[in-house]
Amino acid sequence: MTSFFDVLIGGVFHACVLFLVAAGLQLVFGVQRIVNLACGSFYALGAYFGITAVNWAGAHGAPPWAFLPVLLLAGVLLAVIGPLIELLLRTVYKRDEAFQLLLTFALVLMFQDVLRFFWGANPQQLGNLSMTYGKVTLGEVSFPTYNVLVMAASLAIAVVLGLFLQRTRYGRILRATAENREMSEALGADVRWIYTTVFTLGTLLGTLGGALVVPTAAASLDMPVELVVEAFAVVVIGGLGSMRGALVGALIVGLTRAAAISFYAELEVLAIYVIVIVILVLRPAGLFGKPIE
Amino acid sequence: MSGFAAAAIVVLAALPYVAPPYYVTLVLPAFAYAIALLGFNLLFGTTGLLSFGHALFVAIGAYGAAVLSSRMGVRSLEVILLASALAAVLAALPVALLSVRYVRIFFGILTLAFGMLFHSFLFKFYDLTGGDTGIRVLRPTLLGLDFKALDKTQFLTGPFYYACLVLAVVLGFVMWRIVHSPFGLQLAALRENPRKAEYLGVRVRLFRLIAFLISAFYCAIGGVILAVNTGQADPELAYWTHSGELVFMTVLGGFASFFGPVIGAFTFIFLKSELMGLTEYWRFFLGAILAIIVIAFPRGLMGLVKDGWTMLTGRARKPTETVIEPTVIKRTAIEQ
Repeated sequence: MTSFFDVLIGGVFHACVLFLVAAGLQLVFGVQRIVNLACGSFYALGAYFGITAVNWAGAHGAPPWAFLPVLLLAGVLLAVIGPLIELLLRTVYKRDEAFQLLLTFALVLMFQDVLRFFWGANPQQLGNLSMTYGKVTLGEVSFPTYNVLVMAASLAIAVVLGLFLQRTRYGRILRATAENREMSEALGADVRWIYTTVFTLGTLLGTLGGALVVPTAAASLDMPVELVVEAFAVVVIGGLGSMRGALVGALIVGLTRAAAISFYAELEVLAIYVIVIVILVLRPAGLFGKPIE
Repeated sequence: MSGFAAAAIVVLAALPYVAPPYYVTLVLPAFAYAIALLGFNLLFGTTGLLSFGHALFVAIGAYGAAVLSSRMGVRSLEVILLASALAAVLAALPVALLSVRYVRIFFGILTLAFGMLFHSFLFKFYDLTGGDTGIRVLRPTLLGLDFKALDKTQFLTGPFYYACLVLAVVLGFVMWRIVHSPFGLQLAALRENPRKAEYLGVRVRLFRLIAFLISAFYCAIGGVILAVNTGQADPELAYWTHSGELVFMTVLGGFASFFGPVIGAFTFIFLKSELMGLTEYWRFFLGAILAIIVIAFPRGLMGLVKDGWTMLTGRARKPTETVIEPTVIKRTAIEQ
């Protein structure tokens, strides 16, 4: 039973972080039709910057309990790179998908060395700060309270994002633009501005995910490319462009990974990608995606 | 065009006698990628399908060479090439059967998924594949000769170099014939307008499938050369970033032109080696170059050369060549 709960908690925690990145990916794909390979780079950037921010705050006398707000703030601040990168992407909106994909691949290569330049090639860690908030004990199993806080934060973000997209005026405009760009432009929506905000929001979700995960995992230069592999699996399982899909896909990937790691570690990524291929064969549009062709 | 190709072959054949061994060994991976990309571009440039997982087949070639030479005692390069390439075609069959049902971004994601599947198999199943260190590749024999008198560099820059040159020329010629055959023209037709091509009797999925299998064959040959050159087959060869590099090289040289991928392979290899010598941050500059190519010169180096040639001579391209030039740089008005 203990191992079952370990898998469950570990899996859901991982799923919550994955959801943030995948939601960013979905938002950008849904509205801008760009598959952003650099989402993993934003995530890693959030992680590294989070470490720096917490260390800086610690050195300036911030109490240890303040590190979660500091991480959140670091993730939010980093989103300023979003509009800058969107300016670059603007040059290829009218081009074939192959070129858009390649441009984000170029960003992956460049970010790899930006990280190396600022933080060096060695993996970095935040010590065991995640224990600052103590532990939660449920029967026989116990886990850091921090993990619960991250899950709560991620869930809160999911709810806010859902309300924003479904209930607000701007959310409706975003969804209309995702549905039909020309029509919403004709009806007076400022599509240029929408693209900037959407991409910034997508970036924000990525950097926030990275900042929140870093107390529990080391930040390394492999982080961006490894995360893309999982985030891709999430969006394909859930269906490209669907927020609900991102949530369900993240849970499937997170739980599968946690189960594979604890029972048969060889199957970690393999199991995830077997699911991806089965889904693509049976339901090419994913669980919640719109049918293709 | 054939004049340029002949001149290039003569220069490459003379290279081991004039250039220092370091540069000669650099040409070997360039040969490998040139062959792999000629196949890759049949799928990308000619058929219009962007695969983000073709490193899978390069890795199959490399691991084929590794398993055959160090586990099964097969040392003949000819046998290794043929067996690895056939293995890649066999592996490509199920992948292609599933993937060619889709186009555009879904095709790219599905191929990426298969590539990652194979990578994690190579990476995690230590007993079978040697895990992250991979498997050693032993020196092969050429036409039954084992060249015992030569040391490693002499072998690579001597007999093996010429074997690769011959392979590149022969496979390049075969690909030229494929692209310019009725089959190749039908591939180009179904890229431009699949529905219309289907009305005209092109068997769209079958043709995409065949193009996929041929590209896997070429990629595996490239993989064998890469592995023999480094003496090692490792899982990184199958990673998605390596697939990305294949696309990078193709676009760098120019995917719209037959020789573009070859130019791209040579340019990329030398650029990367020079940059690595200059700075620790070579990835940044490679990424920046890719971004500039994508934004400003989508037709790659060959596109630049062609535009320059047209400006100098005032002569437009021959109409026969325009048939092969894809129009995919701009999104079509009707989203398929």
